[in-house]
Amino acid sequence: MRKFIDKIKPAFEKGGKFGCLHSTFDAFESFLYVPDTVTRRGSHVRDCVDLKRIMIIMVVALVPAMLFGIWNTGYQHSLAFGLTDWGFWNMVGYGLVKVIPLYLVSYIVGLAIEFISAQIRGHEVNEGYLVSGMIIPLIVPADVPLWMLAIAVAFAVILGKEVFGGTGMNIWNPALLARAFLFFSYPSMMSGDTIWTAGVTRYLAEGKAYASGNGLVDAFSGATPLAHPSQAGLEAAGTDLWDMILGVIPGCVGETSVIAILIGAVILLWTGIASWKIMLSSVVGGLAMGYLGYSLGVTDLPGYYQIVMGGFLFGTVFMATDPVTSAQTETGKWIYGFLVGALAVTVRLFNPGYPEGMMLAILLMNTFAPLIDHYVVDASISRRAKKIKTA
Amino acid sequence: MSNNIDLKKGLNIPISGVADRKTRKVIVPDVVAVKPVDFRGLKPRLLVREGDKVLAGSPVLADKESPDILFTSPVSGTVTEVVRGEKRKLLEVRIKADEKQEYLEFETGDAKNLKADQIRSLLMKSGLWPSLIQRPYGILADPQAKPKAIFVSAFSTAPLAADTEYAFRDEMGNIQTAVNALSKLTDGGVHISLNAENSNGSLFHKLENVIFHTFSGKHPAGNVGVQIHHISPIVKGDTVWTVSPLMLAAIGRLLNTGKYDMSRLIAVTGPKAKEPAYVKGICGMSMKDLADFYDNSASDIRFISGDVLTGTNIGPDGFLGFFGNQVTLIKEGNEHELFGWAKPFRTKLFSTSHTYFSWLTPNRKYDMDTNLHGGPRAFVMSDVYSKVLPMDIYPVYLIKACLAGDLDKMEQFGIYEVLEEDLALCEYVCPSKIEFQSILSDGIALMMKEMA
Repeated sequence: MRKFIDKIKPAFEKGGKFGCLHSTFDAFESFLYVPDTVTRRGSHVRDCVDLKRIMIIMVVALVPAMLFGIWNTGYQHSLAFGLTDWGFWNMVGYGLVKVIPLYLVSYIVGLAIEFISAQIRGHEVNEGYLVSGMIIPLIVPADVPLWMLAIAVAFAVILGKEVFGGTGMNIWNPALLARAFLFFSYPSMMSGDTIWTAGVTRYLAEGKAYASGNGLVDAFSGATPLAHPSQAGLEAAGTDLWDMILGVIPGCVGETSVIAILIGAVILLWTGIASWKIMLSSVVGGLAMGYLGYSLGVTDLPGYYQIVMGGFLFGTVFMATDPVTSAQTETGKWIYGFLVGALAVTVRLFNPGYPEGMMLAILLMNTFAPLIDHYVVDASISRRAKKIKTA
Repeated sequence: MSNNIDLKKGLNIPISGVADRKTRKVIVPDVVAVKPVDFRGLKPRLLVREGDKVLAGSPVLADKESPDILFTSPVSGTVTEVVRGEKRKLLEVRIKADEKQEYLEFETGDAKNLKADQIRSLLMKSGLWPSLIQRPYGILADPQAKPKAIFVSAFSTAPLAADTEYAFRDEMGNIQTAVNALSKLTDGGVHISLNAENSNGSLFHKLENVIFHTFSGKHPAGNVGVQIHHISPIVKGDTVWTVSPLMLAAIGRLLNTGKYDMSRLIAVTGPKAKEPAYVKGICGMSMKDLADFYDNSASDIRFISGDVLTGTNIGPDGFLGFFGNQVTLIKEGNEHELFGWAKPFRTKLFSTSHTYFSWLTPNRKYDMDTNLHGGPRAFVMSDVYSKVLPMDIYPVYLIKACLAGDLDKMEQFGIYEVLEEDLALCEYVCPSKIEFQSILSDGIALMMKEMA
């Protein structure tokens, strides 16, 4: 294997026959083998961690949510159609049929763009898309048309990332941009003929919206308990708190199960990849707004419901903590996380048009993260200046 | 004794090959080199030609900017070769040592009664002035300046660094002489930082005429820059000098004996060193003199003058640096590793990141090599760097300011306070494989050019 690679390598080097495919070759080679590059300047030894390792751990952390999502897609389908004779493997089988095409589209479109832009810049291909591509299918409804997904992915990767210079330079989380693109571009396609809350309510109340043939997707975020965030609404839908924690509710593919997400969170926190400060402060922010709304009578659901409903936890664990688009300073992370959580719940409580506030909250805070950092760093500079004066 | 300053952040790199506390041999130098590249920003003027005879202490180079600062030969012998690099940049002056060493005698008089001016001119004449490093920027000390204070770190936390207690056990008399002399060059006193672990038992604790501080913590707690940051931070317009115990010993020897004697105990260390131990050698000595410490038949050894974080790759024919009392031998890691990053375990490699499991075996030592372990990327992770930098500085912001060449920002983010060695650990842990040290060097060079 190694010999084969060494043999074909010269053809891909500068001036070789396939010199224009240098980045592509390099990407595959470094995927198989850790490169033989040695340190040239500076520190002679380096830590054996690299971005590939970090990204692959992120992907591993997402696996529980993905596996649960595959099963739940089938399970919700069987519920919606009253397929009571479906066993576990039927559900998984159906889920695979639904979810695998999403992954194929997400990775093929996304990676193709990554490879091409790396080629144009002459960089090595960045592995950041491995994670974005893993997340995107988990935050869209299982029934989203594949061509739409392809456009959304292309939009997110090109305008969200490559125009800024690739992973590490982007302002917004690319996975969320893909979802936002779908959300704003195709609201009607994603929610059936009628305005989407009504259709969703009908589906939940009668359980046969899909069967009635109006094309309503069975696993759409708007169809989650978020669509009727009140005690009465949840009771009418037959959803209790445990259903939401287990995740046996309709919703985007990967974001329903609190337990699966928490397994991922444990992996991320154990390995130290995601910031516990952001996670904690986001949950605190969500709880604070949730209870504020509860005490003001905006909602009759206690604050912790806000955490387990919808995409809040998924966003908190996997997307708010994106090291590139979140705040960079440690103090900034507290502020950033808290505002993400608080804004997400605020949008939910006060704007019935957008029941899923998490996406908007994270994108908004992505935008403001550099500002937060700016003030934190400024404060640090003036603190230093003061300290030096007194010393 | 002032209060202990405990630094929580940092990292001791667990590399194998620490030197035994014994002196294995005394090296009789054959060819030695004087290397102007050891000094930042030096524009050297060559004072000798090939074939010239020199004594130990005879001038070889001078600083073009202040011609009184001389760089002298550590041995007596014959200049054999002047090595130049690109654009005829002067790299090395090689001197073949005589069998019998002769020293140029410097008139020192009574060391105690020397005046500041006499000390200055003596140091410049003898070639020991360059042992004083001026901050900001880490350059040759300006003879006209009166520094705020002089700082010395009496211990090193760098990977496999020579143990100061062992290396200077016979030098305390010389160091005391040097401290007495240098304290006349500043009003702020000579500050000595001790390791809190044995601050009272330290040989350095017996020094007089100094101000003590104690530090505890992992590397870089022993870096003088980190210590200054906590004792008296450098602000714009400040000038401070630092000097290493090694150079204090040499200065003391000059003042006591009148000789430019650069002999020293050198730690030969690293995973590729056989029976790592100390040798008695001299600055500028050749790696070939260490032949019985290594087997380079596969030519896979990197020879580093200094430690693995900040040292210079000098190659098998290279020479020890002016400030060096450590040689590290490690393996060149130019091998491909199949699925390295994807393997759940890589038990032979160390990582600070918990994405591997080496943090579960904190006492293990590793045979590290020079593999980069990844490809260069943009900054992605934000919280790994501050964990290894015990300074109130945002390293990533500073580095980005250096990349952007933004002088104001560089100033605000503390470029006056750091040298490459202080950010070396950030470079070590960086998962994006960004070259902090060389970016910072470029930043410092830009500052010197623009602010001059």
